[in-house]
Amino acid sequence: MYMAHRIITFEKAINEAIISEMKRDKRVFLFGLDVTDHKRIFGSTQGLEIFGNERFFGTPLSEDAMTGVALGAAINGLRPIYVHIRVDFLLLAMNQLVNMVATASYGSAGKLKAPIVIRAVIGRGWGQGFQHSKSLQSVFAHIPGLKVVMPSRPHDAKGLLISAIRDNNPVIFLEHRWLYWTEGDVPLFSYTVPLGKSHILRAGRDVTIVATSWMNVEASKAAEILSEKHGVEAEIIDVRTIYPLDEVPIMKSVTKTGQCIVADYDWEFCGFSAEVAARVAEKCFNRLKSPVKRIAFPHVLTPTTRPLENAFYPNAITIIREVEKKLGLRRADLRGENFYSWENRFKGPF
Amino acid sequence: MRLLEIYKKLYLIRRSEELIVKHYKENEMKTPMHMSMGEEAIVVGVVAALAKKNQVFGTYRSHGLYLAKTGDADKFFAELYGKVTGSARGKVGSMHLSDSSKDMMFTSAVVGTTIPVAVGAALANKFLKNQKVVAAFFGDGAINEGVFWESLNFACLKKLPILFVCEDNNLAIHSPVGERVGFKSLGAVVSQFYCHFEASDTTDVFEIYKKTSEMLKKMKQTGRPGFFHLKYYRYLEHVGTDEDFHFGYRSRREFLKWKRVDPLLIARKYLLSARVKESDIIALENNVDRILTQSLNKAQEASYPTEAELFTDVYGS
Repeated sequence: MYMAHRIITFEKAINEAIISEMKRDKRVFLFGLDVTDHKRIFGSTQGLEIFGNERFFGTPLSEDAMTGVALGAAINGLRPIYVHIRVDFLLLAMNQLVNMVATASYGSAGKLKAPIVIRAVIGRGWGQGFQHSKSLQSVFAHIPGLKVVMPSRPHDAKGLLISAIRDNNPVIFLEHRWLYWTEGDVPLFSYTVPLGKSHILRAGRDVTIVATSWMNVEASKAAEILSEKHGVEAEIIDVRTIYPLDEVPIMKSVTKTGQCIVADYDWEFCGFSAEVAARVAEKCFNRLKSPVKRIAFPHVLTPTTRPLENAFYPNAITIIREVEKKLGLRRADLRGENFYSWENRFKGPF
Repeated sequence: MRLLEIYKKLYLIRRSEELIVKHYKENEMKTPMHMSMGEEAIVVGVVAALAKKNQVFGTYRSHGLYLAKTGDADKFFAELYGKVTGSARGKVGSMHLSDSSKDMMFTSAVVGTTIPVAVGAALANKFLKNQKVVAAFFGDGAINEGVFWESLNFACLKKLPILFVCEDNNLAIHSPVGERVGFKSLGAVVSQFYCHFEASDTTDVFEIYKKTSEMLKKMKQTGRPGFFHLKYYRYLEHVGTDEDFHFGYRSRREFLKWKRVDPLLIARKYLLSARVKESDIIALENNVDRILTQSLNKAQEASYPTEAELFTDVYGS
């Protein structure tokens, strides 16, 4: 079989998924504020004008109504993709999302289907501050009726987005800003990565790291250094889908390693990391050699100035130090290590 | 005009609700009732003028709309009793009556929330070129919500085939319009949008039918949305099956004024003046009464959903 593997960016992978699904299915359309402008949502909506302005259009600043419009179109047989350049703007639509979109199937005893994808950009950028940096996966995953997806690799971004578009339920698709320019192996052809399947990003025997979104990048860097400095092999599980959560690989891994760290790209308090920690405690209690450790954001707002931003966001070093504590290792000398590799590439303004 | 058929819907709605009033205190219908009594002419008149395939969206006060659109008293009563034979298998109750197989699309208990959904349905209909029109019913409280203006703006911008129907009873729960609205008249504002606007305080179902037919013609000619601002009087309390004049926020005198132009009363008079035989009207009424008694009995005797149904339909397949 001809394997059309290539190295492309996360942004390009998202773009390919949309174009291939819009070509495949005339019911798919994409809209959102500024999706058609010259910047094209960091490039991810480039080239969609070939589908015409009925299937690709910008909107008024009406997030709540536009979410309802997506639902109305979906129950009449279309498959909308609604894009928010920042997840913070999706909060304007929480009423439609929670009271309407999430309830259409249940409220109609299954007669209505709501195949809607809501894409939203999350996370750190260039001093984004407290209204342009949220993640909110646990907020969305808390609501029955919604599915929540957080890809971390270009390969998964394409395959998961195609699955999300084909799914008959509302799917919140959260894309970290820094991931946009990461690169990876992405087949040219169309393929799906199923929703509700975790992925073992790195196999290891000593400690399990359950990670979401950008934290997979940090965990991968940490695992590399832990292996080199301590001979410790971390197993990284990229959950990929927050809901439905595929916890089997997590429990298998913790059963093997007896050590569990949850690295979630969100606030710690009442966050997804608490959900995973509770489930691991319930199901693997007698296998745990130490309590589950959560690595997530402190219960404060996101600062803009770089030194405070650096203190706010956990990273590879945070993970390395927590693993060392957990396993009773000496603190490795990290001078000379190259961290923040993507951040060094990322410049403003947005 | 199908005079008797239209009157039958009015009668069906009124008698269904009178049965609810009669049985609600038995506490077997465990769902908050927002009664339609007084608004029947609006829902029946508009729905009768719409083609069958046209879609409607409503609110938590949709007993009238549901029965006008579906005519299905069996599923109606079963839903109120929480039975598996209900319109949504008994799982959603009075505030969420819908049946998309009969184009009674969705209703919601949060004010204003079905308006943008109706607009989205109209967007899809236009895209699919299926000639369907959508009617979005909402109360005058909804016009205080931002999403109403967002939706109206978008529908007018995109020239969508949608008829907005504001059913104005002058009250948002118990707050009168004077405590909620900072502009002179809804008509003056809405008329500035690219849509056809018409206001009326008639309770004559046949007049509303005619107005709707004319409005649909105009909408078809121009491709622009339509907007009705229609007044009515809510006979019973906001939620529940009792009168509430003794609380003093509105007067019985005003009610009695509207009662003189009760939708059923004037429709029946009109039928007689149009030389429909009274014996035919009585036969129709008796027939509806018989059907409703059967529907009520069937609902009372039906089973509840099993516990397994707690987990069904949260996600679609």
